[in-house]
Amino acid sequence: MADDILKLIQENVIQGRITKDDEGFDDGMAGQPGVTELIETALAQKINPQDIISKGLTRGMAIVGEKFEAKQYFIPDMLASAQVVGAAMDILEPHLAGAGAKAKGKIIMATVKGDLHDIGKNIVSILLRGAGYTVKDLGNDIDTSTIVEAVREEKPQFLGLSALLISTMANMADVMQALKDAGLRDKVKVVIGGAPVSEEFAKSIGADGYGADGFGAIRVVESLFNANAA
Amino acid sequence: MPREGILVRTPYERITDEQVQQIHHASMEILKDPGLISFNKEAAEIFHSNGADVTTVSSGNNPCWLVRIPEELVLSAVDSANKTVKLGARNLENILIMKGDEPRVFFITGSETNTWLDVDFQTYVRKSEPATEIRVPEFHPRRGTVADLCKSAHVCEHLQTVDGYIRTVNIQDKDITEDNKDVNKFFASLNNTTKHVMSGLTSLKQLDNVVRMAELIVGGKEQLKENPIISFITCLVKSPLQFVEDTTDTFIEVCRRGLPVVVSSSPQAGTSAPIKEAGIMAQINAEVLAGITLSQLVNKGTPVLYGSVPVRARMDTLGDSYGSVETSQYNIDCVQMARFYKIPNYSTSGVCDAKVPGQQSSIERLFSDLVVTLSGPQFLHCAYGLLDCNAIFCLLQAVLDDAHFQMIKFFLKPALIGEKEIAETLKQIREVVATPQKMYIRHIRSVMRSGEISSPYPFEGDLANDNVFALAYERMNELLAKPVEHIDSVTTSKIFQEIPGLLPRLNVYEERR
Repeated sequence: MADDILKLIQENVIQGRITKDDEGFDDGMAGQPGVTELIETALAQKINPQDIISKGLTRGMAIVGEKFEAKQYFIPDMLASAQVVGAAMDILEPHLAGAGAKAKGKIIMATVKGDLHDIGKNIVSILLRGAGYTVKDLGNDIDTSTIVEAVREEKPQFLGLSALLISTMANMADVMQALKDAGLRDKVKVVIGGAPVSEEFAKSIGADGYGADGFGAIRVVESLFNANAA
Repeated sequence: MPREGILVRTPYERITDEQVQQIHHASMEILKDPGLISFNKEAAEIFHSNGADVTTVSSGNNPCWLVRIPEELVLSAVDSANKTVKLGARNLENILIMKGDEPRVFFITGSETNTWLDVDFQTYVRKSEPATEIRVPEFHPRRGTVADLCKSAHVCEHLQTVDGYIRTVNIQDKDITEDNKDVNKFFASLNNTTKHVMSGLTSLKQLDNVVRMAELIVGGKEQLKENPIISFITCLVKSPLQFVEDTTDTFIEVCRRGLPVVVSSSPQAGTSAPIKEAGIMAQINAEVLAGITLSQLVNKGTPVLYGSVPVRARMDTLGDSYGSVETSQYNIDCVQMARFYKIPNYSTSGVCDAKVPGQQSSIERLFSDLVVTLSGPQFLHCAYGLLDCNAIFCLLQAVLDDAHFQMIKFFLKPALIGEKEIAETLKQIREVVATPQKMYIRHIRSVMRSGEISSPYPFEGDLANDNVFALAYERMNELLAKPVEHIDSVTTSKIFQEIPGLLPRLNVYEERR
């Protein structure tokens, strides 16, 4: 019974179905329970939340990743599945502590001051949530002081900064300086991304990592997370 | 089910209805005065016996006649010409149905070139940085052979956008003569593609052998009439306004056999036609109508295409400039004239002045392919792989051309906007704007694999590298490695027994033994 429901969760991650109203990928899925309904059922049946994550969500995402590598799936497929995992984690998080499970880590995301572009930052947020991180998205055009204050209060492991404009990328350097001034720089790993920035720029402002695209950002965060855990 | 082609719902029109009428009337005037000089006696006699004013201009070794064609004769021929022309195919799913009043476009290869362009890739090392290597294509011209023609037909069989096949290369093997060229070029083409095959004829003496070959393939005379897997193109009119002796003979004989035929005229604005648009249009229209009139006088109901290959002269050499913008303008005008007469049009695009694949060839051919397609010709001879006007054929270029025709076909798909789509969209917009991230990405998935989203350019390189040629070359070799459906062994055996002059090496069943 538990295996059946975990298998269904896995399949619905692949299908990218959050609720029963989602159409998913194959015909005839609408109306059948989506991942959120399946997780509620699983929790009611006392299935361990850690099993739901590892045998349902993570396994489903792994299959999506394999299909992506094989060029059978594309970025919208990955994002749809990542959104499903994110929605699932919202339900599961309150249950994790009780089950002895530990969340992967917290990330604050923001597009820096003066910049209204948020598509890239949103995609990275979805993918990070899909990868099991807790994401707090501050939004776009965010003051340096607001970002620093959020780092102080939320105590995240990571800070993700995004900019699309050459004129606003300089504000990333301001955030780095403000973190130093506030004595918070060594408390958080900073990863930056966006069209005008580069690996070289990341180094020049003292950031810990640079993601060339959404998947690059995830790789950098995972690498920093694993290095920290080791 | 015949091939669909692509329907141009709102065809681009360059000239107004009034201008169409003006060209029509000017052409009628031209056919009466000055009329055409016919170097073909039979054509002069046919016109004369049907009421045209025919006078002998010169006799002796090079006799010719002045033919003045009255308007009634032309209009009667236009009236009797088929408004729908069917071009058959070995595979019935590749049949082409062309309606003169329907702007449904079919993309066809051609024309015959003397030179085949081989491609290979050389590796170059940067002098200042020996670790950096690049692969650069090199092009090597040589005379075309029958093996090349087989390869070209083979690849075009697999190119998705190619609807029919005109031979792309003149076969110049040592054992090819005027007496066996036609049977070998038709057999090489028919045996390597299941699509429609059109060609010119080198020798009238070979016409019956070619027709018999086609009858053997489809199962008989009546079957060939029902499914004409071959058709012919003849340049019976040499500009300005002359019926050529030998090609007119060929034309008359093809008409007598009732097979589809293109009346093709190819005047060059500036030399063999007036440089101004009004002039070349009035003349080419008169030349094509003269040919169509002859076709109907020879055999009423002959399926005939209004063939237009107008071109502007280059100002530096007075050679053809198919890459010139005016050439596309003339072609679009011709499409409109053919539609005015409701006769399916054979039009031309994609012929370029560039001599090798590259930026010039891409720009010239994409420009004309796009604008001429938008005007809605039925039979678009769009020069897959042709370079240097019609002198060179390059298979790699044909593969590249297929990629941009996929874009053109996609572009011409009808807009999916209706009450259902609007209702779905409003629901989607309301749902998405209510979410924190306000992104529509989830809704891409349902349309991503339905064919509603265009594919990326198939030869896109990695990062900043332009690998178009290398990737197209890989694709070309993939297509060559795919099997084609040859004519079956029993029919092939009958063809080789009955049709003289076929090269034994073209018999794939004998070659395999």
